Amino acid sequence: MTELNAAMVERYRSNFLKEVEANVEEGEWVKMCMQCGVCAGSCPLGNAWEHTPQKIFMMVRAGEREAVLNSDAMWMCTSCYNCIARCPRGLPITHIMHGLAHYAKRMGLAPKEQPTAKFAQLFWDNLVKKGRVNELKLGISLYFMNGFSEGIKTSLKMKDIGLGMLKTKRMSPMEMLGGHGVKDSAGFQKMLKKAQELEDKRISGSTD
Amino acid sequence: MADIKIGAYICKGCGLQDRLDISQLEMTATRDGKAVFAKTHDMLCSQEGVDMIKADLQGGDDAAANRVMIAACSRRAKVEAFAFGNTPTIRANLREGVIWVRPDEDEHKETTQEMADDYIRMGCAEAKAQEPAEASAEQQLDKHILVVGGGYTGLTAAIEAEAAGYPVTIVEKAAQLGGMTAQLYKKIPSCSPYADPQDTGIDAMIKSVEDNANITVHLNSTLTRTSGAPGRFAADISTESGSTTTENFGAIVQASGQKLYDPSGLSQYAYSGNADVITNLEMEALAKAADGGPIKRPSDGKEVKSVAFVQNVGQCSDEEDQLSYHSGWGDVVAIKQAMYFKDLNGSDCDTTIMFDNLRTPGAGGEDFYRSGQRKGITFTKADITEVIAGNELEVKFKDQILDNDTSMQCDLVVLDVGTLPNSGPDPYAPAAEEDEVVVNVDSILNLDYRQGTDLPHLKHGFTDSHFICFPYETRRTGIYAAGPVRRPMDLAQARDDAAGAAMKAIQEAENAGKGMAAHPRVGDLSFPSFRKEGCTQCKRCTVECPFGAINEDEEGYPVYNESRCRRCGTCMGACPVRVISFKNYSVETVGQQIKNVDVPDEFDEKPRILVLACENDAYPALDMAAMNGTEITPWARVIPVRCLGSISLSWVTDSMNNGYDGVVLMGCRRDDDYQCHFVKGSAMAAERMSKVGDTLSTLNLEPERVVIHEVAITDIQRAPQLINDMAETVDKIGMSPFKF
Amino acid sequence: MAKKEYSFYPGCSSQKGASSSNYLNSVNTMCEELDITLNHIPDWNCCSASIGYAGGGELPRLALSARNIALSEEHNPGQEIVATCAACWLATRESSERLNEDNSLMAEANEALAEAGLKLKNETPIKHMVEVLIEDLGYEEIGSKVKKPLEGIKIAGYVGCQTNRPFGIAGESFENPKYLDKLVETMGADPVENYDKKVQCCGGALAFSEPDKSQNMIKGIIEAAYDGGADMIVTPCPVCQMNVEVYQDQINATHGTKFKMPVVYYSTLMSVAYGRSAKDSALDGQVIPAKQLQEIADK
Repeated sequence: MTELNAAMVERYRSNFLKEVEANVEEGEWVKMCMQCGVCAGSCPLGNAWEHTPQKIFMMVRAGEREAVLNSDAMWMCTSCYNCIARCPRGLPITHIMHGLAHYAKRMGLAPKEQPTAKFAQLFWDNLVKKGRVNELKLGISLYFMNGFSEGIKTSLKMKDIGLGMLKTKRMSPMEMLGGHGVKDSAGFQKMLKKAQELEDKRISGSTD
Repeated sequence: MADIKIGAYICKGCGLQDRLDISQLEMTATRDGKAVFAKTHDMLCSQEGVDMIKADLQGGDDAAANRVMIAACSRRAKVEAFAFGNTPTIRANLREGVIWVRPDEDEHKETTQEMADDYIRMGCAEAKAQEPAEASAEQQLDKHILVVGGGYTGLTAAIEAEAAGYPVTIVEKAAQLGGMTAQLYKKIPSCSPYADPQDTGIDAMIKSVEDNANITVHLNSTLTRTSGAPGRFAADISTESGSTTTENFGAIVQASGQKLYDPSGLSQYAYSGNADVITNLEMEALAKAADGGPIKRPSDGKEVKSVAFVQNVGQCSDEEDQLSYHSGWGDVVAIKQAMYFKDLNGSDCDTTIMFDNLRTPGAGGEDFYRSGQRKGITFTKADITEVIAGNELEVKFKDQILDNDTSMQCDLVVLDVGTLPNSGPDPYAPAAEEDEVVVNVDSILNLDYRQGTDLPHLKHGFTDSHFICFPYETRRTGIYAAGPVRRPMDLAQARDDAAGAAMKAIQEAENAGKGMAAHPRVGDLSFPSFRKEGCTQCKRCTVECPFGAINEDEEGYPVYNESRCRRCGTCMGACPVRVISFKNYSVETVGQQIKNVDVPDEFDEKPRILVLACENDAYPALDMAAMNGTEITPWARVIPVRCLGSISLSWVTDSMNNGYDGVVLMGCRRDDDYQCHFVKGSAMAAERMSKVGDTLSTLNLEPERVVIHEVAITDIQRAPQLINDMAETVDKIGMSPFKF
Repeated sequence: MAKKEYSFYPGCSSQKGASSSNYLNSVNTMCEELDITLNHIPDWNCCSASIGYAGGGELPRLALSARNIALSEEHNPGQEIVATCAACWLATRESSERLNEDNSLMAEANEALAEAGLKLKNETPIKHMVEVLIEDLGYEEIGSKVKKPLEGIKIAGYVGCQTNRPFGIAGESFENPKYLDKLVETMGADPVENYDKKVQCCGGALAFSEPDKSQNMIKGIIEAAYDGGADMIVTPCPVCQMNVEVYQDQINATHGTKFKMPVVYYSTLMSVAYGRSAKDSALDGQVIPAKQLQEIADK
């Protein structure tokens, strides 16, 4: 258990709902769910969710902290916004799912081998590095995210797609060397660092 | 009395002239119908046309005409134009009844004209059989309104009626006004933003009633006898101590309220013997007792830190001895009471509402639900397994969303119990089985009526009313049920209901003063009377009147109470010796129409089908079908009746004897979800007609020649089809052998 | 029609050598024809799309969009921001709205921006290019430039998710938006009526992490286009375009289908209809060539 996670467990005791309201993006909306299940029925990957959003909201209220944060459910979100468009209560469900996923990651509770969790982290790391996404590096790191031999297999499988993209100039090997990025890299990094600090303080700093 | 002088007026407008031989119609009216004259007009409903008729009616006994037979559109059209006081005015329906339902082709011209001629003959025959309707001498105006019950509904009705200028007397069984509402800590909000519980306002209402000189209040009092009729009710108001005063009233509002279901018998909730398991009403007392401080639990006075609201206790259930229906307000009340804890015991007080189906009706209910969620009330979709008593209570349940068996600990459990109406005994309750335990219910009105002491019930003890068309009406004219005795309702609904009932009571007091009928034949002055020498004292009329309007005298003859009567004619249909009639509606007025239809002989191959259509639903449905141009067989002759209940069996047998080939009866839906405007008329007719098949068999006629159908006003396609079906039946089984 | 100017946020995937560089090429051509000037936001950064949430918390992600808006407000003052990428538009507009409704987040975002010497006023409307076409110009205006109507081509308008929900185009429904169909008609082609999978998700970023699940959805999108008799699919979103176009071989291999359905951007359609060359219209960017468009462009 990470130190932060331990601190959170201590602080909120059994009140996971309060914890979510305080620390998770749009978390104050969780209590407004009326359990109609339209989100569950609207999700394009609904069948793939270990717990549907409807159920996750109920689990949050029931204090099932570990089960929620350990779940790979939120990582199934494709950000299609169908649930948001249809929720009769106007809950920003997509954002709450993203928020819960992020919070799980922050607490060190997100499932370790979850592919989207990994990819999402790679994406963030990639964009943070230079301020813009380097698709080639992102792709390659994606293929190799499960180790070298898996990576070779995936790369081979993806070879034809890569070739198609290369031919149409929609992929460039030049990206391997440096590639695009923001010019004010220093300012960009300082800004992100500050934002990170402020957010960390908001979560851990609200301790007593 | 002056001789009957029928003036026949034939309209040529709306295409009638193009489709029909008008001079032929004029001749039919004067030659067959014996009209003293027949006049035509290009547009009879125009001012000029109407003035022409009015001129003919001037001059008292010397007037050119004292009966009006208008051959034009349906009796449901141009009602205002063709209103001539109490001069009997008959409408021969040539537009919706003939030209709009027949194709405009040469081959059909003959049968179309025959239809029109018949309707003229029928109109004249009816005109001849009618007498002008006049109010009886019985009518009486009494503006005094009696309100039974001094709770929220009764107080509202009293305040509203008094505000409209009608003096009110309230009779309340308890020692104080306010009823159940006075026991509430706060009420569900009744206006925007629907976010917090509101004060009930009951104290101010009580004060305004007490301070009002036009409202008299009798506490600790009940009605020991109520007799009479609208406009002349006499009520014995008796106190607990035994003194009785008698007062007269024009109309009555019964706001006798509700009682809540007793959960003692449901052992799974551990209600009996556990002070900390309480009902929703007891919860109100607990909140009141807290007096603005934190709510404490009854057993040991410990401040409540967590409370479980167990919803839907003993209601919406198939189980015996539980309520099969829902209160409608139980979940909103739980939200309100959970807010008590959030407000009085702090936002940290754990309030969980355990529901199966959460019902928060209306936009206000939905907002209130949201507000509850915002305040941090937990809503758990749960099947309750049991409540376990102890210092800390445990509620075991299955979480329906998480699909697991779990439980919660709490200091207090509040049970959401449902509502039962405070009704008197049902006059029509089926007789108890031999070994059945009969619970005696006290009468509320103690009506001195042939048909029982109280308002008839519909279901579950709630008072009967025509839910679709006349929700405030009961089956006792001039007595209006309001509030939760009529159906489960919350305060906001009870307020509207009370205002509505007050308006109805005022309307009926005024109508009774003029001798006019209440819904649905509002304004009708006719009333039933009987020929005593023919009466066999069979009591069918007194038993079968859906409104309990008819009492019996010592000899068993009927005593009509005109202002209780709705003028449906169910008594007329009941009478085996045909002695009951209205001036403007009788066995004769319809029988003469039937007789005056020209029935061609068998070889003409022109059958005749008699259609008796209820004027409330079936006849309008046929009118609308005509507007759509739906074809109806040219063999049909349609006669509107007040209600199927008024149909005399003789009309059916006479028409058969006269050579009609088929009879179609069309009335309203008659089951538990009835739509009959006179509640029981349609059902009575169906019962009476059930044996008509035997009668036909004895005449050697096929039983399928007489059919009875339930027809709703919306059956615009179906109603004409049913008539056309009979034409097909006749085609199949052949013409009647009874033609001359 | 007066010349229109916008502050343009191109986004990562439109950069040279990136997966939707062809999109930008055709957008540039289309804007030339429509007399629209796109002033790039100088030194813009990634918006983190909808997949940055694992590593990035709410505030860091908001800061990313805040920086772009602040740069736009500083360098392209008074100009509405336009994005061509659905995810860029959505992330930027959502961030802007979130910051507007939450003062403490706004203050924190500005505190972070100050580190880069920037300040966010957050007063700039954020539009998708489709909004510019339909709301600012209108069908009549964009139709008036058609020189070579795309006659005889049947096109399935695949709207997808993020240009449609939660904001969408004014007056359109979430369940059955019609604007792509109207645009197809305006260009002289035939829309597939009642295209079943018009707003079906293609998997988005999960095409990378959950390829099987995503390709199942993509399969349905293409199948429905074939069922509707489509010659090609048109889309306003780079992720949709890429996902639906480039996995067809893999889907064919897995499911035994024979998909070869071109997937083009609306800007490519419009550039061809406006009489521009195949290269200007970025038809060379098609992994699955759109032959009918090619033929019209070469005429």
